[in-house]
Amino acid sequence: MATLSLNQRAAILSLVLLFAGLLVWEAAIPAQKAAGELTEYERLTGGGAPKAGVPPPSQVFQKAWNELSNPFYDAGPNDKGIGIQIGYSIYRVLSGYALAALVAIPLGFLIGMSTVAYKALNPFIQVLRPISPLAWMPLALFIIQDSERSAIFVIFICSIWPMLINTAFGVAGVRKDWVNVAKTHELGALRTAFMVILPAAAPTIVTGMRISIGIAWLVIVAAEMLVGGTGIGYYVWNEWNNLDLTSVIFSILMIGVVGMALDAMFGILQRLVAYSE
Amino acid sequence: MKSLGNPFSSKTDLRHGADCGCKSCASGEFRADDASPQSSEAMLERAVESAIVRSVFGHSDIGRRSFMGMVGGATAAAALASVFPMDKAKAAILDNLGTPEKTDLNIGFVPITCATPIIMAQPLGFYERYGLNAQVIKTAGWAVARDKSLAGEYDASHMLTPMPLAMTLGAGSTATPYIMPAVENINGQAIVLSNEHKDKRDPKQWKGFTFGVPFEYSMHNFLLRYYVAEFGLDPDVDIQIRVVPPPEMVANLRAGNLDGYLSPDPFNQRAVWEGIGFIHILTKEIWEGHPCCAFAAPLSFAEQLPNTYGALLKSIIDATQYASNPDNRKEISEAIAPTNYLNQPVPVIEQVLTGTYADGLGEVKQVPDRIDFDPFPWHSMGVWILTQMKRWGYIEGDIDYKAVAEQVYLAADARKIMTDLGYDAPTETYKSHVIMGKTFDPETPEDYVSSFAIGKG
Repeated sequence: MATLSLNQRAAILSLVLLFAGLLVWEAAIPAQKAAGELTEYERLTGGGAPKAGVPPPSQVFQKAWNELSNPFYDAGPNDKGIGIQIGYSIYRVLSGYALAALVAIPLGFLIGMSTVAYKALNPFIQVLRPISPLAWMPLALFIIQDSERSAIFVIFICSIWPMLINTAFGVAGVRKDWVNVAKTHELGALRTAFMVILPAAAPTIVTGMRISIGIAWLVIVAAEMLVGGTGIGYYVWNEWNNLDLTSVIFSILMIGVVGMALDAMFGILQRLVAYSE
Repeated sequence: MKSLGNPFSSKTDLRHGADCGCKSCASGEFRADDASPQSSEAMLERAVESAIVRSVFGHSDIGRRSFMGMVGGATAAAALASVFPMDKAKAAILDNLGTPEKTDLNIGFVPITCATPIIMAQPLGFYERYGLNAQVIKTAGWAVARDKSLAGEYDASHMLTPMPLAMTLGAGSTATPYIMPAVENINGQAIVLSNEHKDKRDPKQWKGFTFGVPFEYSMHNFLLRYYVAEFGLDPDVDIQIRVVPPPEMVANLRAGNLDGYLSPDPFNQRAVWEGIGFIHILTKEIWEGHPCCAFAAPLSFAEQLPNTYGALLKSIIDATQYASNPDNRKEISEAIAPTNYLNQPVPVIEQVLTGTYADGLGEVKQVPDRIDFDPFPWHSMGVWILTQMKRWGYIEGDIDYKAVAEQVYLAADARKIMTDLGYDAPTETYKSHVIMGKTFDPETPEDYVSSFAIGKG
């Protein structure tokens, strides 16, 4: 037993917990009994058909198997495979996120380097930051007049704040003696920014980006439930419309997996830019 | 279609539809001997015949009727055919429509059975039949349907009949000229109560209840308010009415957040299917033949793409006609149930459309016209909706009821388009309606509003 490392023991415990959880879940769901001879009334009230309810995990796995074995089917505008739906959501998240990064990082730099800009912009940031991204949705739909771009705008507006604030914080927090060293070497403002401040602030900036992508993924699901059309959020809404909890649980798991993957990407990026003093 | 009378019959009155509630029609004098045409071709023919016959008699329906009464319809038809090339006229009108300017269309719908004609027109090939490649796009809710339609993402959309009226009056949106050339469905809603309230069938016992309706500017809201007020409850004081999206209704009923709801199907039947609620009454018992959902498009769509618009309206009216035939309802149920459309179990949809359903109280009911489909947008229906908006304080001040109804429910334009396309429509656009035994006269809307004991207007 002593040969097992800490990580191995943790992994085994995780698996045990997972199986125990699934077993309890499976056992807690009463099996829907098969109906015998039905009267017309029983037939009309779904006597033979399963009722909407929390499904056992075996049913969720079955659903997952069916969906994942054919993730890219396209049966019309309202019925697409889970792969296509997730693709739409990721596309929206990344578009809005990229726009936000384009705005937030330079602006954050400016705010971080200039106390005047910081003091001037801070009130706006403080008012706009706590607004729920979804509160922008009706306004966005009305002004932009395009649900696709509105969804991207909502991602943009929710992604921008953590990146902006973290960039400003990281830039402002760069050690003064490093900047002074740059000054003694007579580096220009631009070179100082790119060669000294950016690398020094990079870990904080990437942390902001990592927080943003997490929020963006949270928001896109809600936005798509609201607007409909395509995406994983729409998928959840459509299955909820049918009270099909098996599909709802399956899509919740998918949302979790994709969110984890996005976060992991930035985790790697974070390790790349980290430095030790 | 209920609005097409046989022009060769002395007993039909072409100025009124077959379900007209006016005095002379209510006496039953003109209702017999009038089998409705059962296919779109038959409808077209009936419409052409009707137009020709009426022009022969100088649009005097009294003169036409007495003539038909004297010589008999068959004789008159034969005589007319000998002097007028009826077949050629029919063929000419059938071919009259130009090629659509644009064939790829997006049509929005909210996944409820009210949208049946709009939805089924795709799987059953009605859009295709008129040269259109239309996609029907599922929409998450009414406000989104409104915004996507305003934004031009949808060429045309499924809406609730009060929505274009509210939009025109600036209630809840900016004014954009919309046309509502066709009503989608009549009847088709119900009041559902939670199983806990099986012993509370008298609305007087509903004090303190919380009800759900799908949208503020909806027939659901106005019918629920009307219904409880007739039992002496003030809907703004004695009960709570919440706007709840239909899919949430069943879940909220189970969770005890709602005591009941007046909602579109399949969510009424779905509550029974899930064993959570029962159908208290169908809305047809409140107002037989009430309008519910509509087919609407921006005015600009009809102006800029008249042939496309014509072809689309033709597909919709044809599909509506097909849906109104009970024989087709099973086939339609199967066509619209899949994930791409309503995403509901087929037996639930079938119970709604065929009217053979379990009521949740242990009985199987047979109500073939539980939901029905008739496209004519009566102005009087618009006036009634406006009276209720006034009654409950959604609109204030003086309203020219008829002007607003006529501006939005383009019955006259609709009739012109329908006639151009070879269909016929009632010549009248106003008729009286009977709602819970009380007659509504569209000529005196203000008196009607003030005739209620409960209300704000």
